[in-house]
Amino acid sequence: MRTPKLKHGFGATLVVAVCLAICWPAVASDTEEEAPGRAMAHQVVKNQALWNTTAHSQHAALNKSFNSGKEITDACLSCHNQAADQFKQTVHWTWVAGADHGKAEYSLNNFCISTNRTADKGCLSCHPGWGMKKESINCLACHGQRKINWGEAFEDYNAFSGSSDVEEREIATEIQADIQAAAQAVGLPGRSNCGDCHFKGGGGDGVKHGDLDTSLTNPDKTLDVHMGIDGQDFNCTRCHTTVNHNIAGRLYTAPAAAHRKSLVEDDLTSKIMCESCHTDKPHKTSAKANDHTDKVACQSCHIPQFARVNPTKMSWDWSKAGKRKNGKPYKTKDEFGQFDYLSMKGQMKWEKNVLPEYAWYNGSIESISMKDRINPGEIVTVSRPVGSREDENSRISPFKVHRGRQPYDKIHKTLVAPILSGPKGFFKTMDWDTTVPTGQKALGLPYSGELGFVDTTYVFPTTHMVAPKDQVVACGECHTRTGGRLENLKGFYMPGRNYNKWINTIGWIAVLGSLVGVTFHGLGRILSSTRNGRKEA
Amino acid sequence: MSGFRMKLIYLYSRYERFWHWFQAALIIILLVTGFQVNSGYGLFDFHTAVDIHNYTGLTWLIAFAFFVFWMFTTGEWKQYIPTTKKMLAVIRYYAYGIFRGEAHPVPKRLDAKHNPLQRLTYLSLAAFLLPVQMATGFLYWGYNSWASWGIGGLALEFVALIHTACAFAILSFLIVHIYMTTTGHKISAHVKAMITGWEEVEADEKVEAWEEREAAQKA
Repeated sequence: MRTPKLKHGFGATLVVAVCLAICWPAVASDTEEEAPGRAMAHQVVKNQALWNTTAHSQHAALNKSFNSGKEITDACLSCHNQAADQFKQTVHWTWVAGADHGKAEYSLNNFCISTNRTADKGCLSCHPGWGMKKESINCLACHGQRKINWGEAFEDYNAFSGSSDVEEREIATEIQADIQAAAQAVGLPGRSNCGDCHFKGGGGDGVKHGDLDTSLTNPDKTLDVHMGIDGQDFNCTRCHTTVNHNIAGRLYTAPAAAHRKSLVEDDLTSKIMCESCHTDKPHKTSAKANDHTDKVACQSCHIPQFARVNPTKMSWDWSKAGKRKNGKPYKTKDEFGQFDYLSMKGQMKWEKNVLPEYAWYNGSIESISMKDRINPGEIVTVSRPVGSREDENSRISPFKVHRGRQPYDKIHKTLVAPILSGPKGFFKTMDWDTTVPTGQKALGLPYSGELGFVDTTYVFPTTHMVAPKDQVVACGECHTRTGGRLENLKGFYMPGRNYNKWINTIGWIAVLGSLVGVTFHGLGRILSSTRNGRKEA
Repeated sequence: MSGFRMKLIYLYSRYERFWHWFQAALIIILLVTGFQVNSGYGLFDFHTAVDIHNYTGLTWLIAFAFFVFWMFTTGEWKQYIPTTKKMLAVIRYYAYGIFRGEAHPVPKRLDAKHNPLQRLTYLSLAAFLLPVQMATGFLYWGYNSWASWGIGGLALEFVALIHTACAFAILSFLIVHIYMTTTGHKISAHVKAMITGWEEVEADEKVEAWEEREAAQKA
């Protein structure tokens, strides 16, 4: 005979506990394993020390008096005699990228719109030539490690060096020493070299990209895990690997990399993609995140917000430009100390800690040009990410979308570009009627004289400002019924967001029905037993 | 119910009881986390809910294999053979007789633990609903391998739909099942039997001598 004992319950509990312990090893070992993608990337950067076989300060070519920028460049080229030929073929010099694309061609945006094929001279402040001209290369724009105001330095030097005044000649000697010191201080481009243009595109710090601004000159790891000076201290060229002065990166419709390859697969591949160093299965073996890498770009989770230190411009309404107070142009500032209104530019909106917008993206950006006809009845996508869920090269990627309202030709139905800089530019005159015709003329494009304004969007892939792993986007920020980051990406089933309305409705009715059913059955039993009890009594 | 002579029979073996409660725990964990994944609302953050759901689901799948093995090696599968005999009587009992204090038309016996209604229900569960739920759950879990499994054409939406529908069926079953445990001669009688293994049955029911034990009587 056996007797029921409580210990059977204990036995069962024990077995359950053991089973669970066996089945959950992955949870227990989480802290020990280093993610393979991290380990791989650490190998790539394990030896960061660069070595040099020359000291530029000792070269005779750089120990002479320089009267102009061109003389410095000639000194550089006296040794690096292939450099100019290489560089002049790159987009950094030509500003041309295929037919009609490029700053020097018919590309446009919804910031300063166009360079009017470089007729708008203000734009050339970012061209790597000396003195705002496309003539002699300024090697020091990218390679100079010591910044001086070259224009001023040469002007003063040339003014004072021939002077009869001893003091002025002394000043000239000092200036020449500065010029020589700066010419000798050369090296690989640093973050501030690239940042001089790429952090300040669109006319100021953080105007354009949102993930590129001067906060990245000396960032900490919280802002960017790779560039953080308290960490790996990456320069831009660590990822934007360079061959013959061609710097890896996206060029309009040309993706930054044609194939998704890691250095493991091809040790000569560029390091332009996260996967180049981290591989396409970078997370710990059991991590669900590894299952996402075929459809979700690394940046989507690892850059939770952009513009995390400095604000970035989110919209620019040109139609509001030209207002005056007491007959004079004016400016107003917002909470960030940025101009939210300038008579010469219009209405702006700046934001900080911005959540990106997400889109399917295969690495190409399609953009319209100054020549393309637009439909003013809808928002004009000046540029848009190319990709779709069906395209196996596309992944969901984060973007800054800059919203603009900019001038267009009501008759020709094209966007138009005024000349902005200079004494006759819009910034000075605030007159569309004179600046648009000159701008269009410079482009060689017609203008009817009928000016209107149209809403436009322009996109920037968000790829810098990679946050530390404890700040990544949580699963629930996308896998949620409403208000998720991917709420606007339709056409596919995402757990937590999508569900079948019919099944859920019928299901809950069935559950509710069961509850009501058993409740009534139970109540019936209670009532009848009391009644039966009374009868028996 | 007092007044009947009651006897205890050893109805549920140790493994059977363990399996019952273990599976119950797994199913409840799966329901809680599963409905969170479905709705986005629940006790945990999405990541934790998914992790718990996956590990619990895989545990269930493995444990279920042991249950199938046990069922066939012990011959217990025979308990699940459906029958229409006395089916109507059972339905009539739960719909009517139970309110009149009548005796259950099919008392539990060692070789017939389940009444005809239970047989049908548990067969549907063990042979259809739960395996379908496990299969769709496994497919859902292996979503990223579908192409390499040669089922790349399958839609996640379809698998998720069946998985959710089955989850609702299981939840409804759970509610009714828990309620039915209260229909013994005492409210806790059936639950107690599933913990100790010993079920109290009316003594005039014929039971084998070896499985018989005088009950400490009187409710």
